[in-house]
Amino acid sequence: MKETPAKDDVEYWRWQEYHRVLSDKTWKDKDVITAGVDVGSVGSKAAIMIDGEIYAWGIMRTGSNSPESATKALNWALEGTGLRHNDLKYIVGTGYGRVNVPMANKAITEIACHAKGANYIWGSSVRTVLDVGGQDIKAIRIDETGRVVSFLMNDKCAAGTGRGMEVFADLLKVSIEEIGDFSLKVETEPEPVSCTCVAFAKTEAMGLLRKGWSKEKVLAAYTRAMAVRMANLINRVGLEKELVITGGQSKNVGIVTRIENVLGVKTLPSPKWRENGLDPMVAGAIGAALLGKALYDKSQKT
Amino acid sequence: MGTQSVKVVILKDGHVVGRARTYSGFDPSKSAEEACAEALKKAKLTSSEVDHVTATGSGMEMALTSDSTVSMMGADARAGVALFSNARTVIDVGAEEARAVKCDDHGIMVDFVVNERCAAGAGAFIEAMARALEVKLEEMGPLSLKAERASPINASCVIFGESDVVTLIHRQESKPEIARAVFDAMSDRVSSMLFRLGLTPDVVLVGGVAMDVGFVASLKRKLGVEILIPEHPEFAGALGAALVAAGRVR
Repeated sequence: MKETPAKDDVEYWRWQEYHRVLSDKTWKDKDVITAGVDVGSVGSKAAIMIDGEIYAWGIMRTGSNSPESATKALNWALEGTGLRHNDLKYIVGTGYGRVNVPMANKAITEIACHAKGANYIWGSSVRTVLDVGGQDIKAIRIDETGRVVSFLMNDKCAAGTGRGMEVFADLLKVSIEEIGDFSLKVETEPEPVSCTCVAFAKTEAMGLLRKGWSKEKVLAAYTRAMAVRMANLINRVGLEKELVITGGQSKNVGIVTRIENVLGVKTLPSPKWRENGLDPMVAGAIGAALLGKALYDKSQKT
Repeated sequence: MGTQSVKVVILKDGHVVGRARTYSGFDPSKSAEEACAEALKKAKLTSSEVDHVTATGSGMEMALTSDSTVSMMGADARAGVALFSNARTVIDVGAEEARAVKCDDHGIMVDFVVNERCAAGAGAFIEAMARALEVKLEEMGPLSLKAERASPINASCVIFGESDVVTLIHRQESKPEIARAVFDAMSDRVSSMLFRLGLTPDVVLVGGVAMDVGFVASLKRKLGVEILIPEHPEFAGALGAALVAAGRVR
């Protein structure tokens, strides 16, 4: 008999860890195979590319040990490809834990990697990238080649970050993967909450629930407030179309829809990652692998 | 009517005759009633003998028996100057909010700043970090005083601070140094708030967090000025409200 966990044991914050190999591609010995490993504060992502084309990737939760998380993520991305570490010509580490990627030939900031990765996923029309990660939010302006023009970052506050959303998922007992859809189940959009501090969320949200607000409405008000913060960051860096969203929160339809509403601009739609499309959460790792390819090519020329 | 506790002060002919505190809990109105009853008992008075009740604090509208209200800033200013006649800046750090009031020699508020949107500058921060460190809240201050230096910690947010503290514990950093880092991070936030107001001496610190020796030591280091702390700093708001009430009796 399958055991169902007791209600309080459900880990509402837990998101899906997975890996994928694109079956329509194969590798040959002469191919330049590179890897990007993006060790974020919440998720570790690795991407494998053949001659600058995506081949496989893996996503898992970052553990307490960054080097270990980097190795695990890379091994997971390699699983089922027949590739071994020595087949990788160049490995770039990125993300919050980038200096702790033991096998990397080089570490590059996640800002450059997300810029490059967004350019790869959505094409050369992308000019503004909002990367909403586990513990920071970055608004990045890029050129048609995916190079960073300018950027702004908020890393001082958990409101709107993946970590903040995990706290909400737990608090309201809604799975993190459904929290976006859930927040859109309101007939009329409530006013955003005035205080977005995640640490206060418990008392604030309880107060609203006590007032008779539905969970959906509470979540809508918070998501709205967080979307406003992100829209402000985008406006400060200067919004230029096309706009795309990368990072874990790009999967939160509640956030994405509200950012679009606040800015009055549509984002380029995310690829359908559940159905074999690329995953915008892997943008940093993809960008890292691409930059790795460029560095490898350069090293071969000299 | 604070976010965490309700404080009551009873004044008779300008002297404090009763004081009581209860947790705000689920029903702050009821907690207020209980605190009033306890303070009256200590003062050996009955509620009918009280001429005027003034409420203050973030939950002031939940004090059902009050005759009037006064803003938290107004109450802080009145109390600060009543406690220390030369007070011109009153800093109040509570459980969920920090504020600072500039006042004149009559205890009238001239200007103020508030941090109410972020837990990193309030008592809630120390509480969360004490939990992460597995140290009792009241032990945090004395613990931090044992440290010569502070651990490197990016504690600008309670949520991130918690995971930072866990990482530091795993790295076997000393608890006193982590505790000191927590107070330094907090006084950083409070002092950056004060920067907008300007610091006019004498500087008085009130609110529940003023009882924490670790925070006080850190704030002194940060501000580089003498900080005056009354005997019962957590009752300052209630005292200010009582002083306002006394003025409203006739």
